Order: sequence, then C-alpha cells, then structure tokens
Amino acid sequence: MVTLADARMRIEAVVDPELPFVTIAELGILRGVAVDGDRVNVTITPTYSGCPAMSAIEEDIRAAMDGIEVSIETVLSPAWTTDWMTTAGKTKLRSAGIAPPTHLTGAVPLILSVRCPQCGSTRTSELSRFGSTSCKALWRCDDCLEPFDSFKVL
Amino acid sequence: MILDLADDALILSHRCSEWLTRSPEIELDIAFGNIGLDLLGQARSLYALVGDEDQLAYHRDSHEWRSCTLVELPNGDFAFSMMRLLAFATYECALFNTDPGRDDVRAIYVKAIKEATYHFEHAEAWVLRLGDGTDVSHERMQHAADTVWPLITELCSAKPAIEAGVRATLAEVLATATLTVPTATASTRRRERTPHLTDLLHEMQALAREHEGATW
Repeated sequence: MVTLADARMRIEAVVDPELPFVTIAELGILRGVAVDGDRVNVTITPTYSGCPAMSAIEEDIRAAMDGIEVSIETVLSPAWTTDWMTTAGKTKLRSAGIAPPTHLTGAVPLILSVRCPQCGSTRTSELSRFGSTSCKALWRCDDCLEPFDSFKVL
Repeated sequence: MILDLADDALILSHRCSEWLTRSPEIELDIAFGNIGLDLLGQARSLYALVGDEDQLAYHRDSHEWRSCTLVELPNGDFAFSMMRLLAFATYECALFNTDPGRDDVRAIYVKAIKEATYHFEHAEAWVLRLGDGTDVSHERMQHAADTVWPLITELCSAKPAIEAGVRATLAEVLATATLTVPTATASTRRRERTPHLTDLLHEMQALAREHEGATW
C-alpha cells in the first residue's frame, strides 16, 4: 500500500531525460498524482506536441514507483506554457548554462532580451530559432561571445 | 476532417525529415528536424482520436490516404520547401483558430497553434529573404509561389471557410517579398492521389511491413 505523500515524493523527483538536472515537477510537465487503492494515477503533459521524451518520462515514472501499479495519462489541455516552470527549475536551467524562459503572461506581454547564463549580459543575439531540442533556441552572448541554449517562451 | 489534417501533418513531417543532412546550413537542418517533430506529434495526437496510429501510418495503401497534393509533392529546392511550409503553417494557424466543435480536437488545436505560429515565422523570414534577395533567389521563390498558389484550394477543402484568409495572409507575405501574387487555380478535390505519395509510402512503410511488430 503506497501513500500519496510517498508517491508524490518519488514521482516529483523524476528528471527530464533531455534536461537531467531539472525534475518533471519543476518543468511543469507533471500535472497530478493520485492514489487509488493499490494503483497510482499520474497525469503528465508534453511541452511540444512531438516531444520525444514523453515515453522515456513514462518509463522513468514507472521505475520510480518500483513495481507499484502505475496508470499514466497524457493530457493536452490546458496546454503547457513556460509559465508553469517553477522558480527553482529556472534557477537550475541557468546554472546548467541554459537561459530560462522569460515570463509570458501579464497585462502587457513583453519579450525581454535573453540574459547570458554565463556572464549575465543582456547584449545577446539569436543564432538559430531552432535548437538541440524542440523547447530550445540557440543564442550567443555579444559580450563574452559564448553560444548558449535558450528555453523558448511558449 | 481529423484524418485529412493528420495525414497532411504526417506526410509533411516525412518531407521535412528528408531534408536532414541536405539543408543549406546546419541550423536549417535542425529547423527541419524540429518542425517535422512538431508535425509528427500533431499527427499522432489526431490519429489517437480516430484509431490505431501504427495501423493508420504503416498499413494503409496510397488510395486510402486523405493527404493533399501540397504536402505530397517532393521537396524540390529550398525555395519550394519554404514556400510550401509557409502555406501549410498559414493554413494551420487559420484552422487552429476555428472551433472544431469538440473538446478533444480543440485541445490539440490550442496546443499546436503556437507551434504553427513558430513555423510560420521561420518560413516567412526565408520567403522574405530569398524573394527580396538576388535575381536567382527571387526567380526560384516566384516559381515556388506559382507552384503552391493553385494548391491552396485543395489544402483548405475540408474547411473552405478559411481559404480566403489563408490566401490573403500569403498574398501579403508574397507582396512584401517583392513577389507577384499568382492568380491560377486548380482542382479542389482531395483524394486524387499523386504518384509522389506512393513513392513516399514505399519508403516510410517498408520497415513496418517487412518486419511486422518490429521495435527499436
């Protein structure tokens, strides 16, 4: 018999296979955990429609529950946005050299300049709108000249 | 309607994948990969609403597909591929703004419209750059526009109400890119399969059909 607290603790610690320093809870991919008798029901949502990490995330959730029956439902609505990423998740992205997404919602949506995760400069420019994964673009710092990944605002 | 859109997305996704290792520069290779992945995800979400995705993708013959000519045509040159992507992304943006009348499809539309918008911006930037570029790039873009324009009616045939809006958006981009907006029109019917689809399916379905149940 698994408790909700135990199930939550184990599943919230599952990391994203493509960004293994942030958890699926911090990214906002994990939408819900519930215990129904001997079974754990988990709800997750993809960042992008074609995110290839979803099946790996499902496997990792099952592994984290170590034999306990797990039912995983993938939901599309409400659609994921980068605003669901936690502050801790954004801090970890920056520490790993990936510029976290800027805040999207608000009275006046503003796309601010992307801050270089290496030197903190805001003198940066976009090299490629598409990057190594669906959720990232490639940028360069015009001060320290380092290229870096930037999490796309969605 | 669901199958029309799913088939369009999957076939164009496959066309995007054919660009990999062949793009003019590595960033464009990555862009085609990412766009193809988004379209593949859209197709999978839609297939899940009407049946088994593997059955639908790998075990239908060309006459059973509902894709349109625009996505079936071979990649041609980079100009055509960008013009086609512009047309398809414009169509998706318009379609995803309509009310499909059911919650499960609406969820896919709301999810995918951000992706389609991003694809549109990418294609638009290249159509502008090459249309208003050198004599050669302009000529190739004009040829691409002349090829794509007559196919818009068929593309929109499942939702004819959006066709005028799609054409207006495209015409605006073409004009800004110093291109002549074509006037020619063509057949409006879907399901007149092109031979190009047969070739594409032969490659896409070969492994699944020759090795039933194969997994990675």
